[in-house]
Amino acid sequence: MSQFIDRRHSSRHKGAVNRQRFFQRFKNQIKKSVSDAIANRSITDIENGEKINIPNRDISEPHFHFGKGGRRNIVLSGNHDYIPGDTIKRPPPANEGNNSQASNNGEGQDDFVFQISREEFLEIFFDDLELPNLVKRQITKIPNYKLVRSGFVSEGVPTNINLVRSLRSALSRRIAVGTTYKKRLKQAENELELLLAKTKINVNHTPPNPRIITLQEEIKLLKAKIQRIPFIDPFDIKYNNRVRQQQPSTQAVMFCLMDVSGSMDEAKKDIAKRFFILLYLFLSRSYETTELVFIRHHTSAKEVNEQEFFYSRETGGTVVSSALELMYEIMQKRYPASEWNIYGAQASDGDNWNNDSPRCRELLINNIMPMVQYFSYVEIMPRQHQSLWESYESIAAAYNNFSMQHITHYKDIYPVFRELFKRQHDVPKS
Amino acid sequence: MKKSTTHHKHKKQHGLISKASDWDFELLEKYDHAFAAAAEKFGLDIYPNQIEIITTEKMMDAYSSTGMPLGYNHWSFGKQLLTVEQSYKHGNMGLAYELVINSNPCISYLLEENTMTMQALVIAHACYGHNSFFKNNYLFKTWTSADSIIDYLVFAKNYVAECEEKHGVETVEVLIDACHALMNYGVDRYKHPPKLSLTEEKLRQHNRSEYIQSQVNEIWRTLPKKSKKTDLAKNTRFPLDPEENILYFLEKNAPLLEPWEREIIRIVRKMAQYFYPQRQTKIMNEGWATFWHYTLVNEIYDNGLVNDHFMLEFLHAHTNVISQPAFDSPNYTGINPYTLGFSIFSDIRRICEQPTAEDCKWFPDIVNTDWMKTLDFAMRNFKDESFISQFLSPKVMRDLKLFSVLDDEDHIDLSVSYIHNEEGYHKIRELLAQQYNLSNNEPNIQVHNVDVRGDRSITLQYIQQEHRPLETKDAKEVLKHLYKIWKFTARMEVVSETGDTSTFYECPELEKPVTNTI
Repeated sequence: MSQFIDRRHSSRHKGAVNRQRFFQRFKNQIKKSVSDAIANRSITDIENGEKINIPNRDISEPHFHFGKGGRRNIVLSGNHDYIPGDTIKRPPPANEGNNSQASNNGEGQDDFVFQISREEFLEIFFDDLELPNLVKRQITKIPNYKLVRSGFVSEGVPTNINLVRSLRSALSRRIAVGTTYKKRLKQAENELELLLAKTKINVNHTPPNPRIITLQEEIKLLKAKIQRIPFIDPFDIKYNNRVRQQQPSTQAVMFCLMDVSGSMDEAKKDIAKRFFILLYLFLSRSYETTELVFIRHHTSAKEVNEQEFFYSRETGGTVVSSALELMYEIMQKRYPASEWNIYGAQASDGDNWNNDSPRCRELLINNIMPMVQYFSYVEIMPRQHQSLWESYESIAAAYNNFSMQHITHYKDIYPVFRELFKRQHDVPKS
Repeated sequence: MKKSTTHHKHKKQHGLISKASDWDFELLEKYDHAFAAAAEKFGLDIYPNQIEIITTEKMMDAYSSTGMPLGYNHWSFGKQLLTVEQSYKHGNMGLAYELVINSNPCISYLLEENTMTMQALVIAHACYGHNSFFKNNYLFKTWTSADSIIDYLVFAKNYVAECEEKHGVETVEVLIDACHALMNYGVDRYKHPPKLSLTEEKLRQHNRSEYIQSQVNEIWRTLPKKSKKTDLAKNTRFPLDPEENILYFLEKNAPLLEPWEREIIRIVRKMAQYFYPQRQTKIMNEGWATFWHYTLVNEIYDNGLVNDHFMLEFLHAHTNVISQPAFDSPNYTGINPYTLGFSIFSDIRRICEQPTAEDCKWFPDIVNTDWMKTLDFAMRNFKDESFISQFLSPKVMRDLKLFSVLDDEDHIDLSVSYIHNEEGYHKIRELLAQQYNLSNNEPNIQVHNVDVRGDRSITLQYIQQEHRPLETKDAKEVLKHLYKIWKFTARMEVVSETGDTSTFYECPELEKPVTNTI
């Protein structure tokens, strides 16, 4: 009479739309949480989901209900020893109401906290950067795997049976198992032949040689044994083996160069960070391993860890070439271009000691550009360009794997990468 | 528990249905058969069952859409979903073993990870217990229409989606927000609504929008010139009688709404109405279902269809369901509706079969009657409030050790007013019944007047009782929502017990009413 339906495998996730609606509505709060998270996270750790906090008052759904006060009788269960007229101290207001209900109407209650997924996190991060959808898709996708042949195994599914291998191993098994019998068979047949020949000569000898009978029986037995060796045995069957290999499987190194002179304030650094994050995301999609090198500079350059890179400040003048020199040095020492895909990303507010700019240009053109896959430069500042920009413009004209961009807002970051994303398909080289 | 003492007597060996704790569809069907046979023996009247096995994700989905298989989209359901996901992942909350929908056929969702025993329990509980309650309780019979609810949901979902396409998601969202805020005041408590029917809804929907609009215009046509605002307006109130169904009033009378907006108010109102019986029968519904899973499982145990291992797991689960922590326990979250309902229904059966002298005094009408008939009568004709005041026996009050506490803002301390003794029984029963009277749990708020001839403001009145105040912050927010629909001043007055009327809040705040331009 009852009808049973198995809905376990129907994939429709009905809640997804409503979830999306919720995100849409609290976009600003969620964005803020994501923004804070980006500021606090390491570049390499950018791809996890995030806990989002939204103040409860913002998401409450109001309805008419009673406030505290007035007169009412409440029936409770589990009386121990109360009798009418007993008084009970009022519970402290903190315990007023039970967990879930109270949170809707109280002030200063806990925030509404929930987890967003990696995809959702990146989606919101990209929103600021105004990435085109195609790029979003490319960058968010999980690395591709390719199945490659990797020898043969003795277990697998029927579709993967390798006929040649299986028959070959059947053949060798038949030989291995059958050889002793065949040898013995041959001996026995020879002996029998001899004996028969002898008996033919003295045909009149009445008692037939008992040996002949034994031999004949043995031959029969051996033949049956050989017959019984199976043509093919489950043991023989060999399967093609395939393993998942990440695609492409090469390595890259990303040099982050940043000016940390006094004029780079927190806001500029935050833009720079997003710029580096985007490049990192792109690289970590395209390469199996991506290493990061952080070089900060004012008048002299220094290789530092990420923490120091973003969060410590220094003052003083600016000599950009020092960073480029250090980058070149490190490239030569640790990342030979024959083994590594090298990417350079430089962020600066454009300040440079005027006489240094031609030196930067030389360094880039002679030493660095020939070795790198791509070099991108962003200038984060609202003012006029200075000598560095001009020097770099000539590089951009000469190399199409050099890009530069003047950035005042997050959304200006993406154009730096436009070329890079376009070329994504032919980027990896081994 | 008394069943376990009698089972030795007549254990017919029909062969066990299952021995292991894994379930499969064949076994589910066998259990369903067994329960169907038992239910027939006990005279349970049910809708055909449609039983769906779902995953935890789907269960969470269902949770967040008020248990319905489909519904219109709104961010608040997304919020619900996130809340459920969050607390489930952190282990703060287990998911229900089942979810059942008041529809014909009666749709039940069973969680795939239940053991065989649990699946059997929930089939008995939902597909026979709740199912028969939905089909026969008078509130469900009069207020909901199980045959067409799914169709109506489809209609509502599509209609809202259409509106979103035409007028923008955000516009629709703002309206639904406002409707949700007033949803509890979107039900007719006493009047009879016509039943829902998809074909009629669709057919009427077009005509209705025109018709309603013409009606609305009719009301507002009586608008005289502004300068002639006299005491005439004071004499004729509109509506003539206060209206408790605020959403209904808005749907019919809000001055500046588009027809589609009225239709959306109607949809939210219909949903509120559909769920209203459930809110009024929590104790009965859960008690009934629990009583029947207990009785049906014991029946198949007596017939030798399940073994002791099954029974132990079943009793463990059953005991958990009806556990009632004491008021001072950290786990106390109020009176457990399963416990209270199960206790009363079980007690009715006891009173019918083995009455005591006390029962003869308290329940002269039902002692020594056929328990099945009496239970059936109780299930059909009551709601929580009347059910408790009719059937809560001194024995159950003693078992649960019920007592009442007076919380009076004028006293520093709370005081115990009644306990489960001779003097207290009647009082406690009355108080508990009132505790489940929805109109006592929600502030009594009605549409009092619309200034038809003046500034078109709408005035709600909160009729105060027992000095209980309105929660101010939320109430103001709700009034702002009301203003979004009404589009002219929305005002709330409080009528105290002495009859004094004072203005509680006005939206927009302390500003000139919106100028009258249509």
